[in-house]
Amino acid sequence: MTLLDVENLWVKFPTRQGVFDAVRGVSFTLGRERLGIVGESGSGKSMTGRAILRLISPPGMVSADQISLEGVDLMQKTEREMRDVRGQRISMVMQDPKFSLNPVMTVGAQIIEAFRLHNKASKSVAYAKALEMLEAVSIRNPERVMRAYPHEMSGGMGQRIMIAMMLIPNPEILIADEPTSALDVSVQRQVLDIIDTLVKDRGMGLIFISHDLNLVADFCDRVLIMYSGRIVEVCDADKLHDAKHPYTRGLLNSLPRLDAPRERLEVLKRDPEWAKAPSVSARL
Amino acid sequence: MAETLRSWLLTDTPTSRRHAKMSALYKGWLSFRSNTMAMIGLWILIILVLIAFAAPLLAPHDPYAQELGNRLQPLWSEGHPLGTDSLGRDILSRLIYGSRITLYIVGLVALIAPITGLLVGTVAGYVGGWTDQILMRITDIFLAFPRLVLALAFVAALGAGIENAVLAISLTAWPPYARIARAETLTIRSSDYISAIRLQGAGALRIITKHIWPLCISSLIVRVTLDMAGIILAAAGLGFLGLGAQPPSPEWGAMISEGRRFILDHWWVATVPGMAIFTVSLAFNLLGDGLRDVLDPKDSEK
Amino acid sequence: MSMLSVKDLNVWFGGGRDRVDAVKSASFDVAEGDSFGIVGESGSGKSTILRAIVGLNPTWNGQIKVNGQPVPKRRPKSFYKTVQMVFQDPYASLHPRHSVDQVLGETLHLHGFSDIEARVVKLLDDVGLGRDFRFRYPHQLSGGQRQRVAIARALAPEPRILLLDEPTSALDVSVQAEILNLLTDLRAEHGLTYVMVSHDLSVVGHMCGRLAVMKDGEIVEIMDVAALRAMQAQHPYSQQLLAASV
Repeated sequence: MTLLDVENLWVKFPTRQGVFDAVRGVSFTLGRERLGIVGESGSGKSMTGRAILRLISPPGMVSADQISLEGVDLMQKTEREMRDVRGQRISMVMQDPKFSLNPVMTVGAQIIEAFRLHNKASKSVAYAKALEMLEAVSIRNPERVMRAYPHEMSGGMGQRIMIAMMLIPNPEILIADEPTSALDVSVQRQVLDIIDTLVKDRGMGLIFISHDLNLVADFCDRVLIMYSGRIVEVCDADKLHDAKHPYTRGLLNSLPRLDAPRERLEVLKRDPEWAKAPSVSARL
Repeated sequence: MAETLRSWLLTDTPTSRRHAKMSALYKGWLSFRSNTMAMIGLWILIILVLIAFAAPLLAPHDPYAQELGNRLQPLWSEGHPLGTDSLGRDILSRLIYGSRITLYIVGLVALIAPITGLLVGTVAGYVGGWTDQILMRITDIFLAFPRLVLALAFVAALGAGIENAVLAISLTAWPPYARIARAETLTIRSSDYISAIRLQGAGALRIITKHIWPLCISSLIVRVTLDMAGIILAAAGLGFLGLGAQPPSPEWGAMISEGRRFILDHWWVATVPGMAIFTVSLAFNLLGDGLRDVLDPKDSEK
Repeated sequence: MSMLSVKDLNVWFGGGRDRVDAVKSASFDVAEGDSFGIVGESGSGKSTILRAIVGLNPTWNGQIKVNGQPVPKRRPKSFYKTVQMVFQDPYASLHPRHSVDQVLGETLHLHGFSDIEARVVKLLDDVGLGRDFRFRYPHQLSGGQRQRVAIARALAPEPRILLLDEPTSALDVSVQAEILNLLTDLRAEHGLTYVMVSHDLSVVGHMCGRLAVMKDGEIVEIMDVAALRAMQAQHPYSQQLLAASV
């Protein structure tokens, strides 16, 4: 069943040299699945995630035929109505917990605040839920963590706290924007496993935005590859290595691989046609 | 012709050092120009400078000519659009000549205070250790002096007058610049580009003058323009106490103090120079704001 | 003979009770013309070793030898003609107010070269940037272009050893490929010796012949890249790292 339906999304920014199109005609649907959006910097992948949550403020301009959450068009909602959607129905986890957690509030205070924003509950009920959520993200000493400040946490723990905070209101969709890029390799796997379990158990839809093609192929069900604001290819994650589009192939081949040593890495030759061609629709 | 000059200046691929510098300046200018408020500030200041230059041509009367039979004439009087003061002197002419004094004060302090602050702050911040401690304690000592007390001391030592007033103001104005410069230096000092130039064998002098100063200067310029209002008022305050510009000098602050006695019945004598100070201070503030928008974003641009 | 020899290197920050030992008893040798990798997670001390070698960290003891000569506590200028470094963050390694020409020109001037004009042009060509880039400012350059300028700056004094601190981790995948190829070509062309720090095992596997694995300030294993490829690590931590990377 379709949770989110995005049709013809455009994001534009006015600059001194004219209007810059950050996202150009992106269309896709999201069911109860893990959808990966892969691209390099400037491809528009983060902008897409933010546009869905209407987090792009003027002078940025967002337009779309529709961005429907279970049939209801988000583009028609007022800012006040969007506040009910954000966090409650669609949540977002970002890259660096250092920058997304409030440094002057304890972890506990932040999680409780997140909970009480969307649920009328007493402090003690919220506290219990917060503890429960921290245990769900494999934090072994939740009481101690509740009393701690974000700067006392390691990157991996900070990210897990972020996930706890974002999932406590029980949203239907989680947008994860490079959630593991700031983490060490050994911790990445842990955090991904947690996201995986939670998303599966709650029947959520996941949009996983990353620059890491292999990670996304490993973790997601379907992958969208973005270039210069457009979707250039859509494929199933397990078929990624049979991708057809020259940009995708170029990206795959330019990665150094331990199991396939080469003298020189293949350099991507950017064809201007890729930016000019229309966006491939990923709507089912 | 104009088209090609503009595109030459806006190019992304400069062909020489001069080209690159002019291009950077032009782009900065375009950015500044788009800020209406800042342009208003700039225009006011340009007009001020022109008035100061052309004072003898513009002033309808001699600013020192007293006409005791014509005292305290109101605004729009015959021959005196802004009225006359308590000694019958034309306020408009005094205002015009006073602009020279204002610019003189502002110019001197704006040179002395930030440059001193830059020197002290960057050396303290970069060298660290005992040098830092000593320089910062000296800064604290100067920061502790109230302006007027120091001015009194100067006057007692060197006699009253506008130069000594300027010196007194500068000596109390430089510490904040030193602190700003030191704070910036501490941040810059740990950047990779400073590490990189140290790896080329650069000494402290080169690093401070060629690498740290260019980065501090923009915040100092902005701070100076925002401080102008305070500096003008400080000079006015000193003039008020009789420590700055001496009568019959048409310094705006002194004019306000002279007109204080008549403020209830002849309000324009004090208010008109007050409005002039307000306008010039506002202009500096707007200019400073505009400069900050132009000078700072480049630092954080990725 | 080894070009770079490090023996029992200790690097620490702070003193007394607040002392943090970032590197403990590190030892390794790099032969001339080789490329040596150092891998580890954040906080393992890998970047600290490079910074200590190059003299950016004053609190160290142990023995560092470059080309057979022990390195004194205060580095003489001749040291910087032999050893140079490329930093991790291309957005932070160039002075925001200096054009490319100024950056390279100043470096050449400091090392006493006289034919600065010709050398600047040649350096820009060597790193794959044309003359068009000579008078640009850093904010007019992309991440990959900035890193090329940083490499040109490091090559200006004609060093023998290049220390590379995660040179491509802040760059896009396609740009990374270009920079890694450039580094490979430069090493072949100039006979350079590399010490490359990275958290990415596949990058190290591509660029290096031998590598050291670091954990919590200590080198736990030194291995050949061939062993890395065959997934034959000895130390349990190395095995863990390998397993997480594939």
